Order: sequence, then structure tokens, then C-alpha cells
Amino acid sequence: MRARRKEPASDAAVAAGVRYAAELLGQQAQAAWNMVSEADGQSDSIASHAQRELEQIEKQIAALDAVAGSNQEARRQLHNLHQQLETVRKQIHAHTHAWRITELARHPQRPYMLDYVQRLFTDFSEIHGDRAFGDDQAMVCGMARYHGEEVMVIGQQKGRDTKEKLARNWSMPNPEGYRKALRAMKLAEKFGRPVLSFVDTLGAFPGLGAEERGQGEAIARNLREMARLRVPSIATVIGEGGSGGALAIAVADRVLMLQNAIYSVISPEGCAAIMWRDAAKKDLAAEAMKITADDLQQLGCVDGIVPEPEGGAQNDHDEAARLLDVELQKQLRALASLSPNELMERRYERLRSLAQFFEG
Amino acid sequence: MSWFKRESAPLDAPGEKRVRTEGLWVKCDGCRQIIWKKDLDQNLNVCPTCERHFRVDAQRRLELLFDDGQFEVFDNGLRSTDPLSFVDLKAYPDRLRQAQAETGLSDAVINATGKLDGRHIVISAMAHNFIGGSMGAVVGEAITRAIERALQHRTPLLVVSASGGARMMEGIVSLMQMAKISAALARLDDAKVPYISLLTDPTYGGVTASFAMLGDLNIAEPGALIGFAGPRVIEQTIRQKLPAGFQRSEFLLQKGFLDAVVHRKELRPYLARALNFMAAAA
Repeated sequence: MRARRKEPASDAAVAAGVRYAAELLGQQAQAAWNMVSEADGQSDSIASHAQRELEQIEKQIAALDAVAGSNQEARRQLHNLHQQLETVRKQIHAHTHAWRITELARHPQRPYMLDYVQRLFTDFSEIHGDRAFGDDQAMVCGMARYHGEEVMVIGQQKGRDTKEKLARNWSMPNPEGYRKALRAMKLAEKFGRPVLSFVDTLGAFPGLGAEERGQGEAIARNLREMARLRVPSIATVIGEGGSGGALAIAVADRVLMLQNAIYSVISPEGCAAIMWRDAAKKDLAAEAMKITADDLQQLGCVDGIVPEPEGGAQNDHDEAARLLDVELQKQLRALASLSPNELMERRYERLRSLAQFFEG
Repeated sequence: MSWFKRESAPLDAPGEKRVRTEGLWVKCDGCRQIIWKKDLDQNLNVCPTCERHFRVDAQRRLELLFDDGQFEVFDNGLRSTDPLSFVDLKAYPDRLRQAQAETGLSDAVINATGKLDGRHIVISAMAHNFIGGSMGAVVGEAITRAIERALQHRTPLLVVSASGGARMMEGIVSLMQMAKISAALARLDDAKVPYISLLTDPTYGGVTASFAMLGDLNIAEPGALIGFAGPRVIEQTIRQKLPAGFQRSEFLLQKGFLDAVVHRKELRPYLARALNFMAAAA
């Protein structure tokens, strides 16, 4: 029997072969995305695993490319596959991006409110208590000097060690915290001092006592009073901006956000538990809710993004404070020239424009 | 044996005689009494036996409040843009379409003007049957417009809350509505135009933490659940059972956060009385 001479494959055969291979690879790419999207926790390691899979698929596409040669049908197949791969890659990136930012926003080494206060202000003198119930240490208020000018500083403070975390109630204020903050704002208004607030909370504390003492009323009152405060105000979300508990000190002339801070109506875990009925889908929820500084700027909900040191504020507290200082000074200067009435008018217009709807 | 044979026409086929009762009767969750629905309707949706207040939808609420049930709606064509392109287990536009089809509303609030006890009034009534009465950009805008209308005409404003809070599918945009509405209420307050907040079952989250608690008077219907955080969240946080009656309107009255708990039958007289007190300033 004579050995059969190897014939060059026909065009049709090449196209069929490439199509078959492309289909398989497409399914693999889809599987990689499914793996990431359905991951419960540890999404980062799963995402990097998926990225490696995608690289493998890419290599195989390169190999197929050689086989396809000038076959039009096969080239078209490969082109489509390539686009599918890009889509999956983008999906995976978007999917993990918001959650990665969330983890940075909650990084245990991230500078907290008092770390900034220490670096940005001199003569900081804390004021305590709401004159009604008690002193909430989750909320810190005080007089301070900022580049020679008196200002009122307000913010939620997280704790570094267990003891401080407990004392600060994980930076989740009770109603008395919000009432203390309002008292501080009114004091600033009375003496014509600007209010600088620093937002870093998972949310207002959802406890029995908080409900009994009117958490909702305390937040509501702050929203209304901040809207008509007759002095300049700047709010900066430095870490977590959690819902009404964050907003209650963040109705201001300018709202800034650090690059790796988050600001949302509910925590990703909370959203996942309600909308997906599974708290582990937190990364999906983080992505869907659009909670990063870039997202918020696009939605028109913040006025500026404060850059952070390479890799995040946790790597260099001094540099993080310096970058924030630059932005705060700039914004405060811009507000200084406005009269109280102009301030209030523009603040109202700013809030009033937070509207998106179809009419008719 | 002719008497075994029926000579006249046969009897009617013994088809089962049934009366449809479905939807005609309602069971009261409070006292387990079975109530004829028509009786319930005539009694303002309050159980005649135990006085439990059933929820009423926004349309009916407006009919109950205005003189002779007469009112004019305004700014009711607003629809959500789905600002986040939000998809969870279901796409948000699908949820919206479904809610719109089920309720006939474009979103979770109806704005109306008319008279109450002969006085002009603006009423915004929230619709709990529309995605839990949640507040997104449309509810925020509609209520803000109601406030601005009240301000412009110096007409008293009543907002009837019935909401689970901010609408998660509109994320941060919903949160910002709390600030927007509160800022508008600050202007209404400065202008000394009366604002009464009526909290009905249920009122939670971002609605409690903004306009619902900012009335010159905050009043509620008996037994309404009102709070900031939901009971399940609180139980998980403090790891203990909540006391009976927690977050009911009577509880809030006792803690000092409501001016009055008013029976549905007494609402119109109460509001008329309050508006009379506030009229001098308006």
C-alpha cells in the first residue's frame, strides 16, 4: 500500500475546522466569565484565574490564525472570536473593579478622619456632646485652624484597634452623633466659619437605641439644616460613604471624593442580600450600583475627585493628606468670595439639578 | 306504572349552584375576622371589629383626603431613565414596566391639588404598591415639584409617606433625592408655608430620614410601621429579638417623634384643625 500524499486542506475544510475551534474557544471564554460572575467571595483570585484562561485562549487564537491563512470565512470567525474575548475581558475587569475599590476604601491601613485632621489642621480642639443625650465618639467635631483660618471640622472616625473600634462603634454614628454634628455646624454658622466634613462610615448605626432616639429624624434634620447653612461647606468622602449616614454630614457647597473612596445608597453586601438574595454577590452589587468616584462624577453627584498616592492612600498618609490639601484649598478659595445668599442659592441649584427623568 | 314516568319536562340539570366569593371577602390580619370587602371599603379600609388600618393605595388615599374626593393631579408623567442601567436578577426597566402595568401609575407617587375643608392644599401621596413605594429620581422630582408648587402659591402641603426607602436600582441618585427634597423643604420652612407629614404603613429608610420626619407636624395612622433601619437588619446587628410593638406608630409617639397618631376617620378633621392653626402664618 502506498502512503497517501498529504493534500492541502480545502478552503471549506479549513473554514469548518476553524469555526469548530472558534466555537469551542468562545465557549471557554464564556465559561471563564460565568466562573467570575457566579463566584461567591474570593472573586479576586478567581478573576486572575479567569484572566489566565483568557490568555490561553488568546494563544490558541494566534495558532488558529496561522491555520486560517488567507481563508476569508475562517478570518471572519477569528475576528468575531477576538471581539467576544475582548467583551469578556472588559466584563471581568468591570466586575472586579468596583469591588477592588471597595476593599481599598475599607483598607485597615487607610488614613482615617483624625489622620487627616492631624496633617491638615493646627490647633484642633474637639467639642463633645449633643446637649441632649450623650457624646457619640463615632462622630468627631472640633474647631481647627486651616492655613491660618478658623474652620469647623466634622467627620466619622474609625478605630484602628479593637478597643478603639468598639469605642467608635465602627464609625457608625447614633442619632446623638448627628445632633452633635448639627450643633457644630450651627456654631460655625453663628461665627461665620466654614464647615469641612470628612465622610467615612458604612452607615448610620441600625440599633435598637438608635431607632428609639430617632435616627431618621436626626438625619432628616441635618439634611434640611445643611441645605440652608449660611457658611461655605465642603464635604469629602475619604473612605466609605454609606447611605443616609454619610449624606447627613455631606450636603455641602462642594462634595469631593477620594479616588478610591466609595459612596452608595446601601453597602454592596446589603444590596446583594436584597436584590440577589445572596450577600456573597457583593462584587456584582458593587458593580451594578456604580459606587466609585469616577461613576459618581459621571452621574453628577460629586464635584471633584481627589487623587491618591500610587496604589492607594494607605501607602502614604502624608502624601494623601497633601493631595487632599491642594484640592480643599482650591475649593475653599472659590467659595470664599460668595455671599451667604449666593452660597445658599447655588447650593440649592446644585441639589435641584440632581434630577434625571423622562417627562410627558 | 306510569307514575314512574315523568310526563312533564325534565327538571333542570342539577348543575352546581355556586356563588363566586373570591375577592368579596377579606380576612383581617389583626383579629382574623372575615370582613365583607364592601363593608371594609365603606369603613375607609379599617377593620370594623378591631380598628386595624388596612393599607390604601395612593388614588384612594387622595379620594379620602380631599373634599368630596375631588382633586386635580399634576406632574404625573415623569418616568425613570434607569440612570445606572441597573440589572440584578431582572433588568430594572422590566421591573418598572411591570409595576406601571400593575398599578397604572408612572412611578411611586401621585401629586394632586384640591381642597380640604374648603382650603386649598397640595397633597403628594406615595404608592407603596409601586416597587415598594421606593424613592428614585422620579419620586424625588415629583415631591420637590409639589413643594415648589406649595411655595409658589403659598398653599399648605401634605405628603403621605408609604415607602420602603430609597430605590436601590437608582443607587446614589436615589440618595441624592433625600438632600434635594430636604433642601426644598428648608425653603418652604423659611417661607412659613405649612407642611404636614402623614406617615402611613410602612415608612422606612431614606423617606423616614428625610421629608417624612420634617413636617411642622408629623402624624401617623395607628399601627403603622415606621423606622429608619428595617427590623431584620436591627435584629442581625444587635443579635436579639425586638420588643413587641417596636417601630409601630404608638411606639414613635411614646418616644417623642410623632405629634399625634390619628385614626383614619379622624384624619380630615385633624388636618382641618391643624391647617386652621397654621393659616395665620400662611
